Amino acid sequence: MKQLYLCALAVLVLACPLLGQSRPTAFVNARIIPVVGQPIEQGILLVQDGKIKAVGDARTVRLSADVQTFDLAGKTIMPGLVDSHSHVGSGSGADASAPIQPDVRLLDGINARAASLQRAQAGGITTVNVMPGSGHLDSGQTLYLKLRDNAVKIDDLLIFGKDGSYAGGIKFANGTNPIRAGGGSFPGTRAKSAALVREQFIKAQEYRDKIKKAGKDATKLPARDLAMEALVDVLEHRRVVHFHTHRHDDILTALRLQKEFGFRIVLQHVSEAWKVADEIAKAKAPASIIFIDSPGGKLETTDISFINGAALEKAGALVGFHTDDGITDSRWFLRSGGLAVRAGMSRDKALYALTMANAIMLDLQDRVGSLETGKDADFIVLSGDPLSVYTHVLETWVEGKKVFDRSDPKDYLIAVGGKGASDGEGAEHIHCFDGDIGENE
Amino acid sequence: MKNNKLTIMNLAICCLALFTFHVAASNCTAQIAVKGGTVWTMAGPPIANGVVLIKNGKIEAVGPASSVSIPAGYRIINAQVVTPGLIDAHTVVGLNGYLNQPHDQMALDGGASFQPELRAIDAYNAEERLVEWLREFGITTIHTGHQPSALASGQTMIAKTWGKNVDEATMVPTAMVAVTLGSAANAGPGRSPGSRAKQAAMLRAELIKALENSKKTDAGKDLKTEIMLRIIKREIPLLITAHLAQDILTAIRIAKEFNIRVVLDGVSDAHMVLDDIKASGFPVIVHPTMARAGGDTENLSMENASKLRAAGIRVALQSGYEGYVPKTRVVLFEAAMAAGNKRLSPQEAMSMITIDAARILGIDNRVGSLEKGKDADIAMYDGDPFEFTTHCTGTIINGRLVSEVVR
Repeated sequence: MKQLYLCALAVLVLACPLLGQSRPTAFVNARIIPVVGQPIEQGILLVQDGKIKAVGDARTVRLSADVQTFDLAGKTIMPGLVDSHSHVGSGSGADASAPIQPDVRLLDGINARAASLQRAQAGGITTVNVMPGSGHLDSGQTLYLKLRDNAVKIDDLLIFGKDGSYAGGIKFANGTNPIRAGGGSFPGTRAKSAALVREQFIKAQEYRDKIKKAGKDATKLPARDLAMEALVDVLEHRRVVHFHTHRHDDILTALRLQKEFGFRIVLQHVSEAWKVADEIAKAKAPASIIFIDSPGGKLETTDISFINGAALEKAGALVGFHTDDGITDSRWFLRSGGLAVRAGMSRDKALYALTMANAIMLDLQDRVGSLETGKDADFIVLSGDPLSVYTHVLETWVEGKKVFDRSDPKDYLIAVGGKGASDGEGAEHIHCFDGDIGENE
Repeated sequence: MKNNKLTIMNLAICCLALFTFHVAASNCTAQIAVKGGTVWTMAGPPIANGVVLIKNGKIEAVGPASSVSIPAGYRIINAQVVTPGLIDAHTVVGLNGYLNQPHDQMALDGGASFQPELRAIDAYNAEERLVEWLREFGITTIHTGHQPSALASGQTMIAKTWGKNVDEATMVPTAMVAVTLGSAANAGPGRSPGSRAKQAAMLRAELIKALENSKKTDAGKDLKTEIMLRIIKREIPLLITAHLAQDILTAIRIAKEFNIRVVLDGVSDAHMVLDDIKASGFPVIVHPTMARAGGDTENLSMENASKLRAAGIRVALQSGYEGYVPKTRVVLFEAAMAAGNKRLSPQEAMSMITIDAARILGIDNRVGSLEKGKDADIAMYDGDPFEFTTHCTGTIINGRLVSEVVR
């Protein structure tokens, strides 16, 4: 019996470090860029139980006697990056049967063990909006994920709200990707694309009204309809529309639909944002943009420009960046900030666009996107200036746990590539900037 | 509202100088003195406070300002950092355009799998926007041609990124013949080649035919024979794109059998067969540092270039072929990522897009470094050329200031 007690005690002692980090951890002497607030030299980031307990310096942060300390002199700490548009995890959404499929959930078709998720960790990304493709007007529901370590199933990466629901948006697209010549129920023109979307939203309004009218009388409820339920979520602002759009007129069409149905929108890609930056700002529509190394690739992106970030900033719009991984690799996400600054965006807004702006777009601004007391302890340790090509992501931490360490040979392999770094998926697995390759061709 | 739009336009045009109208005014070749805070000559260590004198399209003198005096009448252009015009050692730009529509994608004829007779000069569009795009980042020379998507897709050429037509732009009309081994070389269902072994058999059969023809005095004058004879006679190399280790080894095996010249291209698995590549003596044009991993390229590493260099193998970097976006990579960005990874010094990374690229392409007598007598091809920057936030502030080709756009 005594042995059993000892055994139990041993298990408890051993298990203690695993039960969250009840012992506080302090990351000291680093330059801290909290994103919200001014950079702190010789800063202290205090973490406990997966949350940020304090951010400051020796004058403002008191460390308890039991604190575990990591000296990060010469290093830079900033919030974990938030990617507002990615295709990591090799997920799939809608099929070829119809152009609008709000019922389809990426949740049901994503690989939590894909190498691309590890590459995102290596790039310093801690929160990501994973989307289905853009070959549909609506290709289904998206997933907001935390890139926690050692995920065996997708549930391990989900972000849950207070009501127990998991976080995610819904993907819409206009322009040429959803257009399929002779595509049956698919649109053949831009105007038809808009008409098909409006038609579904009007149906959803009617469906919602029936539910409201039924009140507590279950017998009067309309039959369950998964597609309508998802669109009602959109109408009721429980689900944000991530609207893939490139050309200036398509951007305005997306805003027109948004105005008509009052849904919450995040403009995605927005390749010609610089042409309609004022209109975007006036509509208070957040814009998530991408940096591509050269213009073109398809007709509606011939005028994509590095100046999108600067133009949107100047117009006063909320600007975030995204990888659209595999269009750009998650490991180079910080580079987007560098290219934005190259084209005239302010450094502060570029760093904001990699973190906080995206958190706002995903309704996660209370949990991630900046280093502030009470937020999740999601942060990255950098070897230098975040916007320098010579800077490496040294460590990535999610909820107080280290998920990437460049000094670990296994993680290093993911960071630079080589035999065993990839699961063979990727190169031809490109979804979104384009249509769904394979489905369209 | 309208005013706001104008402001945006101003932002685009003035501040960031997306378009500039100075270029037209400065088209004539003049006597120019380029003064650089740092001049990377790539023929020695960087020179602080350097001067490059340009006369008649050629470099007249290079050295520190203390020893090179600027003659009267020279136009003076200042830059923080000056480098040789950059060289993209392998691209398809000019044959493939930025629209990515069938009418501007001319780097592959799908009609047959072995077409070494297709000339790049018959397809090159000197006015392609992607050529201009590269020029504005300081890239002055490109090795471009048929894309790596067939066993032999056609020829490659070397061009300057300036010139109103192909004749003005061309440096070398036929540089290499583009051969591909691996998944990308398969011709599709029901057609040959459909396997790696078949690819090798077909390539060997073509080389045997050429070898036999080379012994005849009346070999005839068909286009394919003509170009294959140039391969057999070692006048030009095959540019063999191969990513998996077995494909790289097949390329080396076949080259040895026929004693032909080869430039290895892509080579994602290079880090697994360094000794074999080294023993072959062939130079390598390695995949872009930021190339996507997957399929034949699943093992690629951003350290391939550094490992090849460390093994004593001559390496150049390329922008490569992209089927979609970015429709072209920018080789400056790819070298930057290689330098950023820190297994190579900035100087070594720069050499892969300047002098070593020139050597592999056989044009180092004209370009690739800032030395007296070479073509006056120069790139100018407002800081470390590799930093994300640095701009290319000007490009000179053949002594002409061809771009003043701030990119």
